[in-house]
Amino acid sequence: MVRGWPMHLEIVARGERSKLWTYLSPVLAIVLTLVTAAILFLLLGKDPMTALKVMWLDPLLTKRGFAELFVKGAPLVLIAVGLALGFRANVWNIGAEGQFIMGAIFASGVALAFHDVTAWPVWLAMIPAGILGGAFWGAIPAFLKLRFNANEILTSLMLTYVATLILLYLVVGPWKDPEGYGFPQSRMFGDSANSPRVIPGTRIHVGVFAALAVVGIGWFVLSKSLLGFKLKVLGHAPRAAAYAGFSTGQLTWLSLLVGGGLAGLAGMFEVAGPIGQLTPALPTGYGFTAIIVAFLGRLHPVGVLFGGLVLALSYLGGEKAQILLGLPAAVTKINQGILLFYLLACDLFIRYRLRLVVPGRKAA
Amino acid sequence: MDSAILVSILLSIVSASTPLLLAATGELVTERSGLLNLGVEGMMLVGSVVGFAVTYSTGSALLGVVAAALGGAAMALVFSFLTLTLLANQVATGLALTIFGIGLAAMMGAGFVGHPVPKLPGLHIPGLSELPVVGPLLFGQDALVYFSFLALFGTTWFLFHTHGGLVLRAVGDSHDAAHAIGYPVIRIRYAAALFGGAMSGLAGAYLSLSYTPMWAEDMTAGRGWIALALVVFATWRPGRLLLGAYLFGGITILQFHVQTLGIGVPAQLVSMLPYLATIVVLCIISTDRGRIRLNAPACLGRPFHAAG
Repeated sequence: MVRGWPMHLEIVARGERSKLWTYLSPVLAIVLTLVTAAILFLLLGKDPMTALKVMWLDPLLTKRGFAELFVKGAPLVLIAVGLALGFRANVWNIGAEGQFIMGAIFASGVALAFHDVTAWPVWLAMIPAGILGGAFWGAIPAFLKLRFNANEILTSLMLTYVATLILLYLVVGPWKDPEGYGFPQSRMFGDSANSPRVIPGTRIHVGVFAALAVVGIGWFVLSKSLLGFKLKVLGHAPRAAAYAGFSTGQLTWLSLLVGGGLAGLAGMFEVAGPIGQLTPALPTGYGFTAIIVAFLGRLHPVGVLFGGLVLALSYLGGEKAQILLGLPAAVTKINQGILLFYLLACDLFIRYRLRLVVPGRKAA
Repeated sequence: MDSAILVSILLSIVSASTPLLLAATGELVTERSGLLNLGVEGMMLVGSVVGFAVTYSTGSALLGVVAAALGGAAMALVFSFLTLTLLANQVATGLALTIFGIGLAAMMGAGFVGHPVPKLPGLHIPGLSELPVVGPLLFGQDALVYFSFLALFGTTWFLFHTHGGLVLRAVGDSHDAAHAIGYPVIRIRYAAALFGGAMSGLAGAYLSLSYTPMWAEDMTAGRGWIALALVVFATWRPGRLLLGAYLFGGITILQFHVQTLGIGVPAQLVSMLPYLATIVVLCIISTDRGRIRLNAPACLGRPFHAAG
């Protein structure tokens, strides 16, 4: 008996997880984010319908814009597939941004070392370098967790700040473009260090297809392999993991090496594709946004693909809104944060349902 | 060493340590209640911009500081509603709070970048404040510095010498038992989270009103995360928090002096010191698994749902 409450809602545990709500929750979260964005625009003195159209529809209407969706989505998807693997295993790699930067740095090292080579495709050699750089940066928190029991959330995040500073050091110091008029950036990579554009008239590059391939491999591993089965069990019943003979060590290494490697690969394709040089502007928060992508995609590779496209659209829409509506750039980040809030809130319905409690009537 | 230089170094250590101490004290209370709020960085940023904006617009630093505390608490309220009422994952919600806070602060602060405000006034006690060395250190600080100590001692007293503190710790160590005895677990956690948010807000206000009396995007530069690490460093005990905060404040200041000494180490590499030190300290403290398990609130990060 609740003291004097009027009619109210009560949260009741479901017997088992609701499959329907697992997929309905992201959709509902996106709708709620759009509604909230509309209210936000109204408060900022903009016509909400126009603003929503500019942000969420216009970017899709041109061939170029549609292609950009994939260019922006590729790094998000690459990183998020790795993060999803870790989150399933309860390994909280928050430092994907740092692993992304290290991948870009290692790849840039190769590009700069062979910057006047034209005889062979340097970008092919940058791929393993990028993966290695990211995996190396991911291996540190894995080692520290297993050897010293240090919390990977905090160590991987601290390493992100360190990676940013290494990047800054390189572009103002040893790797500064000698003909760059003192700007803090590396020289432009040679043509053979740029990953080829695949579809003429767009910026779609090899990395976009690498992301699609990673989604395919991720799907295969998750649904067809023993490892995938283990990961699924882990996601649903963490306590069962110990009995099923999981080794925390293996899962930690796997999550951070794969997560780091994929983030590094994403970093490599950023410098070798859209950017073409190492600059301090490289870290744009993809590593953090990918966390939202992973959750939105239900920690499943195929879901991550959709999540990546939605968040890529939020970036493109944010840019449009800045140019056409004069909205501040921060609107993108706010929208992304709100989306994750709503998603986490809607996820309540996966394990719980609401029950209307009417006073005077005995609760069932 | 020249005493003037010594005093200026000590003063700068105090000002680098104060935001860490404020934020970590708040987070310690939140975590003691069993709630893990990783959104400290986001709450601090919102506090820094709200505190600055209100001070700049009204000309009253007091109003600014109060508004910053409220801003931080409002962020914590969002976190609490999601994790306590809607039972969302605490780690994910904390991250969302930081991502959201970075964006919100950037939007609110866009019009204030580059404008200075007067620094928070220091205490002045005629006679005492003019004393060499101890004068400026003990009797010339601003209100938030004194408050950071007051809050720390108050927290220690509350947690270990009052009934309320005992209940809060009980909720953090065994929410089921506390619930069974009849304590309102959720309400206590709400209160602890709001206190943590308000303290983070104050930490942010200290940065934008005293440390550098201006506002810039991402001006917290990871201090929220370092505050989180400090709570682990302190093994959830307020006394050691003081040591940790001043240790890290010292390291932050050390980097500036290494740069001015001209040892020839690139500035960016020296700037890594606080982050690397955080990692090293975490490793040293955490390697004793028994001690962590003994001191960490047993229900830290676990959702509570009173069945039936």
